[in-house]
Amino acid sequence: MNKANTTQPDERGHWGQYGGRFVPETLMAPLEELSAAYDAARADEGFQSEFAALLRDFSGRPTPLFYAARLTERAQGARIYLKREDLSHTGSHKINNALGQVLLARRMGKGRIIAETGAGQHGVATATVCALFGLECVVYMGAEDMRRQELNVFRMRLLGAEVRSVEAGARTLKDAINEALRDWVTNVADTYYLLGSALGPAPYPLMVRDFQSVIGREARAQILECEGRLPDALIACVGGGSNSIGLFHPFLQDEGVRMIGVEAGGSGNQLGQHAARFNQAGGGQPGVLQGTMSYVLQDERGQIAATHSISAGLDYPSIGPEHAFLHDTGRVEYVSATDAEALEAFQTLSELEGIIPALESSHAVAHALTVAREMKRDELLIINLSGRGDKDVSTVAEAIKGKDV
Amino acid sequence: MSRIARAFELLQSEGRRGFIPFITAGDPDLETTRALLLELQSAGATVIELGVPFSDPMADGPVIQRASERALKHDFGIAEILSIVREARLDVPVVLFSYYNPLLRYGIERLSREARSSGVDGVLVTDLSPEEAADASASLRAEELDLIFLVPPTSTLARLKMVAARASGFIYAVSRAGVTGARESMSTDAERLVARVREVSALPVAVGFGISNAAQVADVWRYADAAVVGSALVAEIERLAGASDIVSRVGEFARGLLPE
Repeated sequence: MNKANTTQPDERGHWGQYGGRFVPETLMAPLEELSAAYDAARADEGFQSEFAALLRDFSGRPTPLFYAARLTERAQGARIYLKREDLSHTGSHKINNALGQVLLARRMGKGRIIAETGAGQHGVATATVCALFGLECVVYMGAEDMRRQELNVFRMRLLGAEVRSVEAGARTLKDAINEALRDWVTNVADTYYLLGSALGPAPYPLMVRDFQSVIGREARAQILECEGRLPDALIACVGGGSNSIGLFHPFLQDEGVRMIGVEAGGSGNQLGQHAARFNQAGGGQPGVLQGTMSYVLQDERGQIAATHSISAGLDYPSIGPEHAFLHDTGRVEYVSATDAEALEAFQTLSELEGIIPALESSHAVAHALTVAREMKRDELLIINLSGRGDKDVSTVAEAIKGKDV
Repeated sequence: MSRIARAFELLQSEGRRGFIPFITAGDPDLETTRALLLELQSAGATVIELGVPFSDPMADGPVIQRASERALKHDFGIAEILSIVREARLDVPVVLFSYYNPLLRYGIERLSREARSSGVDGVLVTDLSPEEAADASASLRAEELDLIFLVPPTSTLARLKMVAARASGFIYAVSRAGVTGARESMSTDAERLVARVREVSALPVAVGFGISNAAQVADVWRYADAAVVGSALVAEIERLAGASDIVSRVGEFARGLLPE
């Protein structure tokens, strides 16, 4: 395979058979306009330097690469580093993409921003950048997620956003995206859809990946600085897949670097109990959902399945198309961690390192402990700590009630 | 020539305009859908659009979303939908109106092979852009099925040409950007859009999205070949769910949509 093909989609946004644009015709011309605007911005030094300045001065980048000594001691294996996206402004990596896209929206002259959110992290990031630039902001959020992530709902409202509750379907992230797409198709002339993950129709998967790749570029420079060599393995959780592709992408050409994406294993292996799209026995098959072709959890008639994860941010039946491609080529390994494993890792990291991770990121931590144990003492492992866990404290308290903490 | 093309040719030769009702398969149940197909034919349908219910109808407004939810409570798929169309033995052509994933999962080639013998003459896939449609288009064409595309007022000339190059049967012009559903007034965009479509394609043009009464149908008939009525009809089916005479009353409603 041509190396270039492993990282760049074709001109219509395909990575192999995945990606593309599967949307109503009403959105095709606007997506072409968005692609053209993004291509111009991508090549514009002024845009890139404005983006870099905001990442530095507003979000506080670069985020640290932290050597987790006690976690390393616990695993008795590889030296474990944490890429501290949890220290980003607003508490997760989502701000990187929100800043990039809001600059693009301004360039395009759009005054109204809409977004979907699952865990609320992307909604908060979007509400934040809209406050920063004085733009109207509407965030769609499933009613079930609003219940699970009450604190983030309050934060968004505090930042001046309107949060619209979505009552359709399972009332989670997928339903919020449907509603955001309906809004966009209706108000496309003046509205910018600020999609939060490496999902959806082209150019979103490419654009979100580019804006998130700052994570991997920094991590690469930082590990070279402190260890003098590249890491042996990278681990990140995968919902839509933006934090993971952001970490992985700058390392894809480094053949010695193993990469592992961790999906939500939920509470069981049956369709409806998990959100592990690459679990083919569990209902994951190539298909089309919400604008892109990728692996989709679905029944035998092509109806999209319900999903379950303790973490709202991973609770989604499809995955970014570049991940589908990297899965099929074997460049990235995909595994899953269950709700219980994530809960345990949430507590472990809190106790051992004084860092409360997001439940999403806890899936990566859970699997990292297993992988690190199998690695040599002089090998290096980087975990992307995509977000902080303050938002999850009440969920975790409820889940571990009655057990010894 | 496809049955859809023939139906429009007949209309034109008689100097008439067409009426295209939309209903969701399996709403309220498949048996009623079969009876409704026959009733809509006798009410004067030129073509009938039959919606394939989907779990994530992102291009639909609340009325058709609810119809999909009602339909999906029953245990059926594409095979059962083809069966009821076959059993109805209609003279009017039927277009399956679907999202891509259920068709993809069924298999486009399999669908193409089985559709025509069941009395399905065309397919409209809401989320299948012309750029992505090459394979599906080849399979459907091989079995002489029409692939029908929607065009919205936001389309550029380049896009209208791309759709025209791939479309067959008729072109469905969307009266305004947005999801499906009734509107109080029709936008003037529709008339302009139909004129733009006619510049790039000789196919008949139907107008839909938001048409809910005879006055709006009459207005569309001034400049387009046919008017599509979906959500208004589906709302009537929702309202009459459970009534023993639902089929005849929906038929009555459909007849009332046609101008005097």
